[in-house]
Parts: sequence; structure tokens; C-alpha cells
Amino acid sequence: MATRVVAQPAAILRRGVRLGVSWQRLVLLAPALIILGAFLIVGIFANLLSAYDPEEIVLIRRLIPPAIQEGGSWAHPLGTDNLGRDILSRVMYGARVSLLVVVICIPASALIGTFIGLLAGWRLGWWDRLLMRLVDVQLALPALLFALLISVVFGRSLLNVILIIIIFSWSGYARLVRADVLSLREQEFVISAQASGASDQRILFRHILPNILNTIVIMATLDVPAVILIEAALSFLNIGVAPGTPSWGAMISEGRNFMTIAWWPIWMPGIAILLVSLTGNLMGDWLRDTLDPRLRNVR
Amino acid sequence: MGVQSILSILVSRLLQGILVVFVVVSVVFLVSRLARNPVEYLTTDETTVEEKELLKEQLGLSGPIGIQYVNFLIDAVQLDLGNSFISARPALSEVSSRASKTLQLGAAALIFSLALGIPLGIIAALRRASPTDWLARLLAVLGQATPNFWLGLMLIFFFSVQLGWMPTGGSGGVKHIILPTITLGLLTSAVSMRLTRSGMIDVMNTDFIRTARAKGLRESTVIWRHALRHALLPVATILGLQVGYLIAGTIIVEQVFAWPGIGRLMLHTITVGDFPVLIAAILVISTSIVAANILVDLSYPIIDPRIRAGGR
Repeated sequence: MATRVVAQPAAILRRGVRLGVSWQRLVLLAPALIILGAFLIVGIFANLLSAYDPEEIVLIRRLIPPAIQEGGSWAHPLGTDNLGRDILSRVMYGARVSLLVVVICIPASALIGTFIGLLAGWRLGWWDRLLMRLVDVQLALPALLFALLISVVFGRSLLNVILIIIIFSWSGYARLVRADVLSLREQEFVISAQASGASDQRILFRHILPNILNTIVIMATLDVPAVILIEAALSFLNIGVAPGTPSWGAMISEGRNFMTIAWWPIWMPGIAILLVSLTGNLMGDWLRDTLDPRLRNVR
Repeated sequence: MGVQSILSILVSRLLQGILVVFVVVSVVFLVSRLARNPVEYLTTDETTVEEKELLKEQLGLSGPIGIQYVNFLIDAVQLDLGNSFISARPALSEVSSRASKTLQLGAAALIFSLALGIPLGIIAALRRASPTDWLARLLAVLGQATPNFWLGLMLIFFFSVQLGWMPTGGSGGVKHIILPTITLGLLTSAVSMRLTRSGMIDVMNTDFIRTARAKGLRESTVIWRHALRHALLPVATILGLQVGYLIAGTIIVEQVFAWPGIGRLMLHTITVGDFPVLIAAILVISTSIVAANILVDLSYPIIDPRIRAGGR
């Protein structure tokens, strides 16, 4: 039976996990999991956890240093920014912005990219040429440039940021999926499924897709830090979220002007970005090494 | 694979490249005009309708968008992208003076990242699990995770503000380019280090390296002549993508360090609504990304003799 040959993702996952976790890995993975968990919890429950309204401006308490430094107080553990907004609360709400971007952009671009990759790799011919040129166009127009244009023409908002990121990250999935389909379609189990009269849909979704699911999951994990960094960069350049929105990138952009007199407004969100993106990269690397070592050179 | 086939590949890649650039420029043109007439960005609320119409007439912004687009294409083919709305100088010449600054920065960053990444990758692969290897991998992980705008600010904070060793921004002497180069090149150096390291580890376990050693070749010859060429193939592949990243990265880095390049120019044109210059800048950038990718494709046969022989 042709279906027998199809890899079971669950089985690979089990085998991968057993092979993958060494003590060395665990030392790295445990803190990563803790940070990831904290990021999720803080992002989801930002409104319950934060003591202040992140957008509340109180000028008399501007630029209070963090609690550990002289002049700081535990009322504002990470200090306040140039408009007297509580930095801890802003970092927490910033986690929510990043989380939102991740949760919406990655599934959306993975779905679009997978669909296009399947179509291009299976149909070939002019479908393939058309779709791959589309990928080239997207690669030749850096996301930042397009984002610039969008922000001027349609204004700054979180929704625009999300749309821009989706427009610019589906192509990675499309390329990867297409390449996998190209090699899978020559495999015997696919050829025999075709010979037994299976429809295109059935072959793609029952035979080919389960075999490339790992690839997609790994790519999606590695995309988490990438997507967070893009949002932060856009907001840093003032072409991302709407003014005032507590995004990590926007906080750094605002704190920049006071960098010489106050270090904390740019350090705190910077450390938050660094931790989350470091975690995402480590998790992605680990998944890749355990599930699919041949992907090592993709990025 | 003869000269003939290389030439036909080159021609087809060039045609595809031109198509890609055409689509990119068209998208930018249409997006920038569809939402609002660019005159709206150049005028205030107090400008009268007559004055706006006059300005539209002068800048070639009146009439249906389809006609504007066709006119734009006819001029663009002759490398005339119109004049800047602000300075009235040809848009392309506005861009070209800035492009050389960006090219300087991009080239410096590329050289820096390869000069750091490749040797580090080789050493890390040859001395696996040594302190050097751990350090290199730590650097790679950090380099990939650190947002470049934050890194740039940190470098300014320590080396310019605290220590006073470097200027905080602008361009001028060699000192001005050091911090922007590090900021821009760190990610690429992390990527090339990782690729070199993993490529090197793979290749050192292959039969042809064992053969080379068995022949009694010196270890240095084995590494430099046989292994390295093989290990660098994935680095070359990724370079095409990295050029795109470096160009996008310059927009951020130029903003952080007030580097007067094409990225800063673009941010400026967008805030003042100078679309001819923006389109010229995007044309230059997308052309160079496409060209870089073609060059990388063409460099495979030089690095990998198997492709030259046609045994793909």
C-alpha cells in the first residue's frame, strides 16, 4: 500500500525527541522554555499583570531610573520613560504586540506559502514559472521598502504591519515546499498512488503534505524570532505600529533621544527582544536538528 | 557545459531579472499613486484647488492613472525617471550620489562578515567542542538574535558616548564607517560562520578528504585546497539572499548612524512625498539585488567543478 510509505509525523516527533535531548541540550532548552512560557503568559495576561496603563503619560515622574539604581523605586521596577510611562508595563504590553504578530502572521504565511508551493511544485509548467517569478519579485523588493510605502500611503497601524509581514514571509515557505514536492513527486509511493488513480488533491494532501509537515513546522519556528524582529524594526523606524502603541521597537526608537542621560528606556525593551529572539532561534535549531538535519543550511 | 549553454542561461536569467525589476517598479508606482494624488503630500490644507491643479499639471500628475503609468514607463525605458518634486533635479542623479555611500557601507559589511565568519567557521570546525568552537557558536547565536538597530545604539552608547573613541554618526573618515559596518555585518558573519562550520564538518568526513590525506598531502593542502572549496558552496548560495538583507539592513543602520546613503534618502523622500526619487531608489536597489543573485548563480560553476561538468 502506498500510504504505508508516508512518514507519520507523530512517529518522527517521538523518535526525534528521544534522540534529541542530551544533557547539553537540556541545559540550553530549560531556560529557553522558561523564557518562552514567560513571554506567552505576559503577552496573554498583560492587562492583568501590569500595574499601570502603558500609555498613561505622567510628566512629573519622567525618567525615574530602575529600582536597582539609586533614585529608583519598586513602584517602577524598570523605571519610567521620557513621558513618565511605566517601562515594565510597556514591556509587558509590548510582549502582547509581538505575540499578536507571531500568532497571526506565521500561520497565515505558512498556509499561503504551502499552498503556493504545492501548486507550483505539482502543476509545474507555467503555474510554476508564474508563482516562482512572484517569489523573485518579493525577494527583490525588501520588506522594509514596501513597508515604508504602505505606511505613507495607508498610515501606521498594527494591522498594516501584520499584512506587510504576511506579504513578505509566505515566499520562504513556498520555496521550501516546492523544492520538497519536486523531489517527492519522483518517489515511488507517489507514482504508484498516481498509477492507482488517486486524484491530485488526494496525492497532495494525503501523500505529499504529511511528508513535508516537518519542514513547515521547523520553518515556522525559525520564523518566530524573524517576525518579531521585523515588527520591532518597522516600529523602530516609525513606520510600524501607530504612535503611542507600546511596541518594543517603538520604545527603543523613543528612548534613543535620551540615550545619553538615561540608559534604561532602550535597554529594557532591547533585552526583551534579545531574550525572545534568542529563545526562538534556539528552539528552531533544536527542532531542526532533531526532526530534519538536512535543513541545516536553509538559513 | 560549454560557453553556449552558460550564455543561454545568462540571457534567460537576465530577461527574468528585467521582468522582476519591471514588476517591482510598477507595484511601487501604482501603490504610491492609487491611494492619493502625490500632490496631497506636497501641499497644505490652505492650498487652493487651482494651485493644486497647476502643481499637478507641472509635475505630470494630472489625468488618469493609466496614462500616467504608460508615460512613466515610456520615460523609464529611456532611463528618465522624472525630476524630484522637491529639488527639481533628475531623480536618478539624486539617487546615484547617495547610492555610492550605501555601496561603501554594504561592501565594507560584506567584507567584514566574510573575513570574520569564514575563518572562524573553519577554526571552529577543525577544533570541534574546543573553547574556540563554543565561543564562535555563542557569537553566531547572539549575532542572529540581536536586532541590528539595538546593537547599533549599544555600540554608539559604549564606543561613542562612554569611551568617546568613535563618532556617533555621519560619514567622513575611516572611523565613521567602523561601527555601522559591525552593526550591519554581524548577522551575515554569524550566518556565514555557521554555514562554513557545518560545511567543513561534513566535508572532513568524506572519502575524498580521506583519499587526499592517504596520498600524503600536507594537512594544510587538504584543508585549503580540497575541503574549503567544498565547504564554501552553501556560503555562496546564501550570499545572494544576504545581499538583499544587507541592502534592507542599510536602511536601518543608516538611520541609526545618520549615514547619508540611499536608505536614509528613501525614508526622507517618503516623509516629504518625493515619489520620483523614491521610485528611482527602489529601481536601483531591486536591480542590484537581482544582479547579485545572477552573479551568485553564475559563480557556482567556478566554485563547484561538478556543476561545470554538467553533472548537476
